[in-house]
Amino acid sequence: MQKVIEASGIAKNFGNTQALRGISFDVNEGEIFGFIGPDGAGKTTLFRIITTLYLPDEGSMTVLGVDCVKGYRKLRENIGYMPGRFSLYMDLSVEENLRFYASVFGTTIEENYELIKDIYSHIEPFKTRLAGQLSGGMKQKLALSCALIHKPRLLVLDEPTTGVDAVSRTEFWEMLGKLKAHNITVVVSTPYMDEATKCDRVALIQEGQILSVNPPEVLKDSFTRKLFYVKASDKYNLLKILRSFPLTISAYPFGDSIHTTFSKDNPLGDLNEYLLSKGINDFSISEGRAGIEDRFLELMGTESIHYQ
Amino acid sequence: MKRFHGFVKKEFLHIFRDYRTLVILFGLPVAEILIFGFVISMEIKDAGIAFLDLSKDDVTQKISDKMCSSDFFRKVEDLQSYHDIDMIMKTGRAKAVIVFGENFGRDLVSRGEADMSIITDASEPNTATLITNYASAIVSDFNMEYREKNSGAKILVSPEVRMFYNPELRSHFMFVPGVITFILILICALMTSITITREKEFGTMEVLLVSPLKPSQIILGKVMPYFILSFINVLLILLLSRIAFDLPVKGSLSLLLAESMLYILMSLSLGILISTVSKTMQQAIFISLVGLMLPTILLSGFIFPLENMPRVYDVVAYFLPPRYYITIIKNIMIKGTGFFSVWKETLILTIMTLFFIVLSVRKFKIRLQ
Repeated sequence: MQKVIEASGIAKNFGNTQALRGISFDVNEGEIFGFIGPDGAGKTTLFRIITTLYLPDEGSMTVLGVDCVKGYRKLRENIGYMPGRFSLYMDLSVEENLRFYASVFGTTIEENYELIKDIYSHIEPFKTRLAGQLSGGMKQKLALSCALIHKPRLLVLDEPTTGVDAVSRTEFWEMLGKLKAHNITVVVSTPYMDEATKCDRVALIQEGQILSVNPPEVLKDSFTRKLFYVKASDKYNLLKILRSFPLTISAYPFGDSIHTTFSKDNPLGDLNEYLLSKGINDFSISEGRAGIEDRFLELMGTESIHYQ
Repeated sequence: MKRFHGFVKKEFLHIFRDYRTLVILFGLPVAEILIFGFVISMEIKDAGIAFLDLSKDDVTQKISDKMCSSDFFRKVEDLQSYHDIDMIMKTGRAKAVIVFGENFGRDLVSRGEADMSIITDASEPNTATLITNYASAIVSDFNMEYREKNSGAKILVSPEVRMFYNPELRSHFMFVPGVITFILILICALMTSITITREKEFGTMEVLLVSPLKPSQIILGKVMPYFILSFINVLLILLLSRIAFDLPVKGSLSLLLAESMLYILMSLSLGILISTVSKTMQQAIFISLVGLMLPTILLSGFIFPLENMPRVYDVVAYFLPPRYYITIIKNIMIKGTGFFSVWKETLILTIMTLFFIVLSVRKFKIRLQ
């Protein structure tokens, strides 16, 4: 399979801050490649290097077969980019925005209408409305239409679903899935772990380093320990007590339960005793399946130990 | 070309969507011209004048009565000696002092002429000119009457005019060249620097950079609408000063317009240069206002004559483009001279323009910083 992006040893510093510390990864043609990580992990910096907006301090990157530093002019014809803040002109109408971006890339709305039809049809009824007056979800669809209007071979989306409601988020990912039919490769970042499952492959990124690159299913299965869901009415207190339990390796709150791992495969007897001794009576413990977020937190934990 | 066309169209949409931009673009010039124009062309009414009558005879009495009976002047005091003149002018109670020499009436009869002076406070140059004009008119009116009464007599009272504090008395049409100079640099530099930094601030520049647009296309696309609108502004200001103040362009209109285009181009390239060094709109506005507008008002000779300034400012002013444009436009509009009288200034402006254009295209980033 052809590689759309090949990066090796990409590093970027801003003053004394190391935004990226030697990142290497490949993106295959036609896949949806996700970058998952907390704010400040270096996702935006990486995306700006892919889109030729930043120069890497170290390492090399080939995008669509051209060097992203030397071949920036050629690359800029073939990349669709949607920055973290929707780059729309708020004082222009929906249609004027789209028409402008089409003209900038030397095309017309009509020429590539097929490609954006699914997305644009949602907002077409409001095409005379100013972009500034659209809802978050509609802005996102317009921004995606604008990024797609010139039929790019690579679509780079920086946190496209941040600040968008749950329904729009689901719709948005469905649309990304449809782009595969047009052989468009998608590189996308998100802080939402649940969205990772919709990618073909996911790179976990933290503090400028990639922790792992795997399909989401593999990622979940690579969780190394047994995971227990612990519940109690006083969740805050429970978390504190769990973290003070000598056998606990990690304890993170997830919804109404606390996902906990222990250094012993069967810690239940000890745990029961410990919780009761601390005055917690209404708890429940069950073994559970790990999600991507658990794996991510696990990786983060080992990495931070590795650093110290 | 299609790309460029789409870009320019978008810029025009930005301008016409934002009423504040439109107000600055077209409201400001009109307001400035009218304000400056009417402040300067105000009529004299009840201006305080003092008399120093060293002769105290019938004739001097007649002349001073004639002056004070008009609506224009009001007698504030009879002075006793030359020393009082400075004193009463400094208090500001009198805008002018009329001095009749000794033996005024007798000289007039015996020699057919007599000495009188009109001394004005020219720290307000326009008022001073008006007062002298009115006073002189009244005196010549008196001459006529006197001649008619004493038929055939060759009698002449010729007032000697002296301007205190600002002896050269600058032209009161100065404000139109000044306003054009000021408005153009304001609109061109401020507006272009704002519109480019706005793209940076709103994050749209990121996408423009990732697009195949070349830097020169982005810059030209930004500049083009303002070039056209500024040119329309020049025409508007000239038309307005013609209609409202009857101020014609004495020299060649096409030369004036060509020089204006050069100056507009210079201001636009300055604006781009400002936008390349500022990250936010606020920064761009600050640099434009403090770095361009103030020097233009203060150091271009628009309001304050450069000759009266300390040497340092005069030297600084040599580096300010408005100074040259104001000289050019004054020469063409008011003196009516041709290209030969302004070629040096034109050359300097051209060099400055090229310098700014080259610098700003080179400084324009093709990536984010």
